[in-house]
Amino acid sequence: MDLPLIWFIAIAVLWTGYFVLEGFDFGVGTLLPVLGKDDTDRRVMINAIGPVWDGNEVWLITAVGAMFAAFPAWYASLLSGFYLPMLLILLALIVRGVAFEYRGKGDTDRWRANWDRAIFWGSAVPALLWGVIFANIVSGVEMTAGHTVTSGLLDLLTPYALLGGLTTLSLFTLHGAVFLSLKTGGTVRARARSTVLATALVAVPATVAFLVWTQLAYGNPWTLPLVVVAVAALTGGVALAGLGREGWSFTATALTIVAATVVLFGSLFPEVLPATIPAHSLTVANAASADYTLTVMSWVAVAFLPLVCAYQGWSYWVFRRRITRSHIVGASSGGQSTPPSGAARETV
Amino acid sequence: MDALDLARWQFGITTVYHFLFVPLTIGLSVIVACLQTAWHRTGKHEYLQATKFFGKLFLINFAMGVVTGIVQEFQFGMNWSEYSRFVGDVFGAPLAMEALLAFFLESTFIGLWIFGWDKLPRRVHLACIWAAAVGTNLSAYFILAANAWMRHPVGFTVDEETGRARLTDIWAVLSNPHAWSTYLHVVAAAFIVAGLFVVAVSAFKLMRARFHGDTGTPGEAVPAGEPGLFRATLRTGLVVTAIAGVLVSLSGHHQAQLAHEYTPMKLAAAEALWESEEGAGFSLFAVGDVENGRNHINVQIPYLLSFLAGNDPGTEVDGINDVQGQLEEEFGPGDYVPNVAVLYWSFRLMMGLGLAGVALSVLGLWVTRRGRLPERRWMYWAAVLALPAAMAANIFGWILTEMGRQPWVVVGELLTAAGVSPNVDLGEVALSLSVFTFVYGVLAVVEAGLLWRFVKSGPSHLVPPRDSESDTEDDSDTRVPAFVY
Ligand code: HDD
Ligand code: HEM
Ligand code: HEM
Repeated sequence: MDLPLIWFIAIAVLWTGYFVLEGFDFGVGTLLPVLGKDDTDRRVMINAIGPVWDGNEVWLITAVGAMFAAFPAWYASLLSGFYLPMLLILLALIVRGVAFEYRGKGDTDRWRANWDRAIFWGSAVPALLWGVIFANIVSGVEMTAGHTVTSGLLDLLTPYALLGGLTTLSLFTLHGAVFLSLKTGGTVRARARSTVLATALVAVPATVAFLVWTQLAYGNPWTLPLVVVAVAALTGGVALAGLGREGWSFTATALTIVAATVVLFGSLFPEVLPATIPAHSLTVANAASADYTLTVMSWVAVAFLPLVCAYQGWSYWVFRRRITRSHIVGASSGGQSTPPSGAARETV
Repeated sequence: MDALDLARWQFGITTVYHFLFVPLTIGLSVIVACLQTAWHRTGKHEYLQATKFFGKLFLINFAMGVVTGIVQEFQFGMNWSEYSRFVGDVFGAPLAMEALLAFFLESTFIGLWIFGWDKLPRRVHLACIWAAAVGTNLSAYFILAANAWMRHPVGFTVDEETGRARLTDIWAVLSNPHAWSTYLHVVAAAFIVAGLFVVAVSAFKLMRARFHGDTGTPGEAVPAGEPGLFRATLRTGLVVTAIAGVLVSLSGHHQAQLAHEYTPMKLAAAEALWESEEGAGFSLFAVGDVENGRNHINVQIPYLLSFLAGNDPGTEVDGINDVQGQLEEEFGPGDYVPNVAVLYWSFRLMMGLGLAGVALSVLGLWVTRRGRLPERRWMYWAAVLALPAAMAANIFGWILTEMGRQPWVVVGELLTAAGVSPNVDLGEVALSLSVFTFVYGVLAVVEAGLLWRFVKSGPSHLVPPRDSESDTEDDSDTRVPAFVY
């Protein structure tokens, strides 16, 4: 098999891992104002993803780093071509990351409310924009012969791309609701379960429409079964959640995201960024690095990716238990986190 | 002012900002791991308090390091697409390795460490902070190897057909002398900053305990054990800084030798040395005339520059005017002189501010010998102020390195002006520059406020002093994680 193809697949795997993992923590962030009725509820939600969200985000860093190394021209055209959406995603990820860490370190209601807002927008905006961006990658952009993207911001907001955005936003929200029903107990879990059904009213039609559109306009014969798998897993996942089989339901929504991401990458192949003038397209062949680089990278990936999966898997296992309000209250009484606001005066 | 200038400003601002947090993460992760190891070994309650206290400060800093790092990775593609196209084959590999080998390790094990208190068995929990510390210190190597390659490109050819660089030897890239020399220098400098951070915090707490507030009225009693604890951490920080100071000087000397050999223009500009000279002196203060290529005033320490550059006071050091001539011969007409004034002062400020902190640490070890503590208030303030000085020294070091590479982005291969994204217009860069600057500014205030607050409230708030050690090794499944968020 040739190396550029292997690396195309590797990058698809990295993005898939990113969407499956960060998908649910984006979902949890988006649901924060909906399911978190009071501060304790919101802490239950945030702590459910607390130990893992940063590790999930590194899938993005690795995916983008791998694109830089394996397909420099893809990386260069994509990031400079989608300048403003990328800028928004970066800002969202900045405030969101800081918010998780800093939210619990202050003790006024305003402080927490501001960080809650940062978590919501920081999660919902990238969840939406990744769909918009990937739809545009699949449908193609205007490019010069030197692979410089010339599409403007408004060119990126096509109906197909907006549908893509709605799909990722609603699908990740659903995935997050299922995750919460699996990982929390008590009131948050109950509310999460009913939200699964409500979110499905948007997520199912959007996903079906987006995948069918993708298949008809850009797909190839072997992506068709995957569209079917994605749709079946999604509806099955919603049904399983309704039946209270949360573990299976989460597996199903994860499978939906896997299948949908593969459909997107499958529709793209053998191009990596199609142009409106076909001769200008970036392809797996013309965007790739030389074989030497790809060989080096392959050895590194073969040696380390399994190791990464192993210890990340272990961290999920360590924190596998459900979290409930009583845990949070119990922990708080131990004086975990915030210094008293009067501390300054007391110690002077 | 065009998109190129703004893109450069943006890179400079965002990277310098990232590098305010990086040295602390590199150094503090190891210091916290050592404190926790000490607690594990001796069981002394003070060490637990110190671990949690400095651990908290470390995490507040770490969060900022992470989120500002992501910007760096995207920025190459967004603002410097032509540069990325040219170097990706060589430069992308270490960057991807960094993510795979180091960032995963760091982020996963920090998560385990934060939430694993009381949940993981103690040994495993201790191993987690060490894994994160090792990950952090590893990550620095890859990015610095990538950066060193831009100064001294090795292990590649330029593809005739595509005009892109092609990697031919990854070992050459990873064992580039500039890479490991820079690594030693930067990590040592990071430990200076981290050591002085511990010193500054400890000195501040000791000062508060001793002088009872600004007004001189007796304050409330300090929690039991704190003065002893902070005296111990003060000494630890001083020792770390002093050792790192030796390493930074040795590696800095090596860096200067490399510059002498491979980037003579940088060294000459950093010294405002216009004409080649044997037995060149190290300039302490100069007023130059860039137009005419000479200095009006130049106060020197004789022979020191030659020694720095070649390990021998007789070494001939090239001057700016001569190197400019050589470069014109090699690459055609053009201005190959970087900003002399900036380089000259950056070099001095890097050495001066950084070594001032090191000198303070040596004096501090003397002053605090055998259970003593400084008597005078200003001595505590000096210890506190050494921290911003060392951070500034780091920044000036990078300004020296990066501006000294100008006008090249990859020396001898690609000019900075040719690396910028052609399709990104002035408005877009202006927007991203102003938004980043604004958000970073706000976050800086928030971060500083939090650090201040946690430093003021002290360790006894996080771990009450000397409670009964009731932690029995029960089944880890029934223990709940520490809910820090
Ligand atoms: C000398 C060390 C050094 C240098 C020169 C840089 N960084 Fe950095 N970076 C680190 C040392 C570091 C670190 C100490 O490992 C950080 C700081 C906080 C952290 O979490 O890791 C980090 C974080 C960090 C992250 C977030 C990782 C995470 O989520 O855990 C990214 C994506 C980058 N960096 C990327 C870059 C890029 C593209 C740079 C080039 C301009 C760069 N860094 C310069
Ligand atoms: C983290 C420490 C770093 C700091 C503080 C730093 C600092 C700077 C500064 C101040 C500039 C502006 C120079 C100018 O305007 O002339 C700059 C430019 C630049 N640096 Fe760095 N840099 C760092 C690391 C890196 C690394 C690791 C790389 C590459 C991997 C890099 C690549 C560049 C590039 C591409 C530019 C833009 C072109 C230019 O203007 O020189 N820098 N950097
Ligand atoms: C004996 C004193 C020192 C000498 C001779 C020295 C020398 C140098 C030289 C020549 C460079 C430029 C390397 C290049 O661009 O090729 C450099 C860079 C740098 N210096 Fe120093 N330095 C000294 C002390 C310090 C101190 C005290 C600090 C900080 C606390 C520091 C931090 C840095 C940093 C962060 C860089 C940029 C990264 C790099 O290129 O290594 N240096 N130093």
